[in-house]
Amino acid sequence: MTAEMNYPALAVFLFFFGLVTVMGFLAARWRRPKTLAHLDEWGLGGRQFGTWITWFLVGGDIYTAYTMIAVPALVYAVGAYGFFALPYTIMIYPFVFVVMPLLWKNAKDNDYVTAADVVHGRYGSRPLELAVALTGVIATMPYIALQLIGMETVIHALGLKGEIPLVLAFLILAFYTYSSGLRAPALIAFVKDIMIYIVVIAATVLIPAKLGGYGAIFHAADAAFKAKGSGGILLQPAQFPAYLSLAFGSALALFMYPHAITAVFASSGGDTIRRNAILLPAYSVLLGLLALMGYMGHAAGLKLANNNDVVPALFQSLFPGWFAGFAFAAIAIGALVPAAVMSIGAANLFTRNFWKAYVDPEVSHAGQTKVAKITSLLVKAGALLVILFLPTQFALDLQLLGGLWILQTFPAVIFGLYTGWFRAGGLLAGWATGFFGGTWLIWLNNYKPLHTLAFGDAKITLYSGLIALAANIAVAIVVSAALRLRPEPIPAPLKDSRFK
Amino acid sequence: MRLIWLLLLVPFAALAWVPFYNRISPEAFGFPFFYWYQLALVPITSVLTWIVYRRTRHDR
Repeated sequence: MTAEMNYPALAVFLFFFGLVTVMGFLAARWRRPKTLAHLDEWGLGGRQFGTWITWFLVGGDIYTAYTMIAVPALVYAVGAYGFFALPYTIMIYPFVFVVMPLLWKNAKDNDYVTAADVVHGRYGSRPLELAVALTGVIATMPYIALQLIGMETVIHALGLKGEIPLVLAFLILAFYTYSSGLRAPALIAFVKDIMIYIVVIAATVLIPAKLGGYGAIFHAADAAFKAKGSGGILLQPAQFPAYLSLAFGSALALFMYPHAITAVFASSGGDTIRRNAILLPAYSVLLGLLALMGYMGHAAGLKLANNNDVVPALFQSLFPGWFAGFAFAAIAIGALVPAAVMSIGAANLFTRNFWKAYVDPEVSHAGQTKVAKITSLLVKAGALLVILFLPTQFALDLQLLGGLWILQTFPAVIFGLYTGWFRAGGLLAGWATGFFGGTWLIWLNNYKPLHTLAFGDAKITLYSGLIALAANIAVAIVVSAALRLRPEPIPAPLKDSRFK
Repeated sequence: MRLIWLLLLVPFAALAWVPFYNRISPEAFGFPFFYWYQLALVPITSVLTWIVYRRTRHDR
């Protein structure tokens, strides 16, 4: 795509980027605690965010810049199948409504900061805790890298060349996250989300007006897929199970990610989370409309070297420079919020479930915060190095694997909220089966997320992560049943009145 | 466990049978059925969740 300097766009972009930078550093004073040198403050913002702050933070955190670029790109490339992001985000919230308040309460009552803390508290097993923590960290790293890809796409669309702008943007992010902790992304999320809403609403109203309406857009996309001979604006029957299983598996996985759990734990209580399960779908409408920008790309007749350019190219070709700059700033800031929360989530895991568990069990609250702050810098530096020195495809493949990996922590984190039947050994065996078996499935299918199971003549193609989760749960049940045959200390009871 | 919680399963049931909504007509505002049906499920799910919230908040 064209990469001439677009000065009005650049000026608007720099203004908003500067604004959030100032906000990021000032965030340390927002709702100022007695001390920031406590992981509850730096890493969870004081566990006090109410309904609206949580709405902006979780929305800003899980609808990432990469989502804004990649979902329309997939829809542009393959059509209806890429729309699985919508049923995915429909299925998430009933689950969040039921489960996450219990997880929050368990964490709050016991001063837990991470999912792995919850698992350790429930089963008293260091190996299981480590498996959950390690999975969280390695699933998050490539996700941070993808945020950089989102940012890089819009920086290049502005006409800025080379990697230096990206490095600078990331350094700024790293420093204000270091000093303000979770308060920084929580405050920036307000700006990010409002900008994204303006951009998407403008795009979904104005672009169809220029392209002859939604009917014309769907027709153009249909014609483009027919000319290409692949994809389509409806699913093929063979894609049905794949479509649903990708949506369902992704929905179960999302709130196992450290950045999602961090944002949930930072909320002020169960009712805050329940209200958010009702209000957060507003972002899903946004995502669904955004996905259709893939079809607008066909209607506008864009010729793209890279599918990921579809959103920036639409803004550049159909909007004045200053608005394109505003849209690009929204996407770039949209990368900062999740990248910050992800690095904080990973840092919390490292501090609580590795440093405190193995290196220095007596570490003070101030000491934990110091470890977490430094870890958050290292995590971001690692993601930056991946993007600068390894092929982009490597980060994409790892991100795909990351989704499958994090899904395998579901039984260990969630089942214990409802039952004491499972044993740590069973859950660990299940996790290992799902983790390594699922990785093998992805590898077998040449880094595609789908695997075809054959039952005699009947073939069904499903999301590998869900197949791995089924194996995970089956093994967890069988091994737990076996372990239950011999006497073993029962898991600690949950400190929750519901269970008394 | 009250029956009202079952409302939360409605979105899953509404999405489970893909052949039902994998069609072009009826169209609405130029959107094929496949698209507007799933988009409409977003606010519907929200409202169902809100109903469950209203009916169960005193149970806790």
